[in-house]
Amino acid sequence: MTRQELLDLYFMDARSKLIDIAAFLDRLDRAEGEADFRLAAFREALKELSRVDPSRARQVLMTFSDPTTEPLAAAPGKGACGAWPGGPQ
Amino acid sequence: MRYIEPHAHMVSRTTDDYTAMVTAGCAAVCEPAFWAGFDRSSSQGFYDYFRQLTDFEPQRAAKYGLPHYCWLCINPKEAEDMVLAEEVIDLIPRFLDRPTVLGIGEIGLNKNTRNELAILERHIDLAMRHDQLILVHTPHLEDKFKGTQLIVDVLKSDSRVRPERVIIDHVEEHTVQMVLDAGFWAGITLYPESKCTPARAIDMVEAAGMHNIWLNCACDWGRSEPLAVPRTALEMRKRGHSEKAIDDLIYGNPKRFLSQSSRFKVD
Repeated sequence: MTRQELLDLYFMDARSKLIDIAAFLDRLDRAEGEADFRLAAFREALKELSRVDPSRARQVLMTFSDPTTEPLAAAPGKGACGAWPGGPQ
Repeated sequence: MRYIEPHAHMVSRTTDDYTAMVTAGCAAVCEPAFWAGFDRSSSQGFYDYFRQLTDFEPQRAAKYGLPHYCWLCINPKEAEDMVLAEEVIDLIPRFLDRPTVLGIGEIGLNKNTRNELAILERHIDLAMRHDQLILVHTPHLEDKFKGTQLIVDVLKSDSRVRPERVIIDHVEEHTVQMVLDAGFWAGITLYPESKCTPARAIDMVEAAGMHNIWLNCACDWGRSEPLAVPRTALEMRKRGHSEKAIDDLIYGNPKRFLSQSSRFKVD
């Protein structure tokens, strides 16, 4: 597809999601209390959107990922929260 | 449109879902063993679950004209308890001769622990000793990249494993190439929030090529969409993909992988 065709197909959807992200950050700013590592990871991931090469989705996922290679001694629980606690704070 | 749903947890779904899938063109559904949303209290719970997967659920699906196949294992979320996991693995051979069992799955990792890895190795050994296909679950969210690396390493370290008989599921943009480069099949799971949207799935297919990739909905007891595969096919049409390319991806590819089991038959 051409860029024009892709814009016709996806621009409104992407615009809506972008405004949702802006509103999410505004909501956090208005709220009280401390944030945690998830917000720091989120802000790091946002930086990846300014890249000029077509690997932004991969890089955003990597920003949220555990980069270590050693298996854990025991499971801290069953769930995942979407960001690695050891990332930038 | 015709398609194969290669990964769906139908024991968690309603009969309306069966009707909708068949109406949308589903020709066969495959159900890996998974976590029920709570930990089972004993291996006996798994015995009954395997009976459900190999006996009851195929009969339920047949009422809607849908062939139902399954995979057996103890899922990685319950593999941290190694005593339980060993007991369950010992049960599995009793069910491997059932006519709708395709292989061992969905095995893999959840939090990337040593116990999970040990049980993954036990499952791989079981599959190799019984000449079974393997379906691998990769971890969620922040654990996926590390877990996928560990899984690929474990599979590659067993010389008996033929990569073309293994599908590594739930790949995303940061893991798909790693899986394909190692010679394994890759599964893309379409979920409303986590995992992948239809648009991203098509992006990945366009970037990595359609060879040795399947799409699945992995619908279960959580928020999920049983018709995600045919909906993605509609998205492919919008992008200008040919009917043949769509058919190859959502019907031909899963058929090609699954037909490595002589039990898998689809019209």
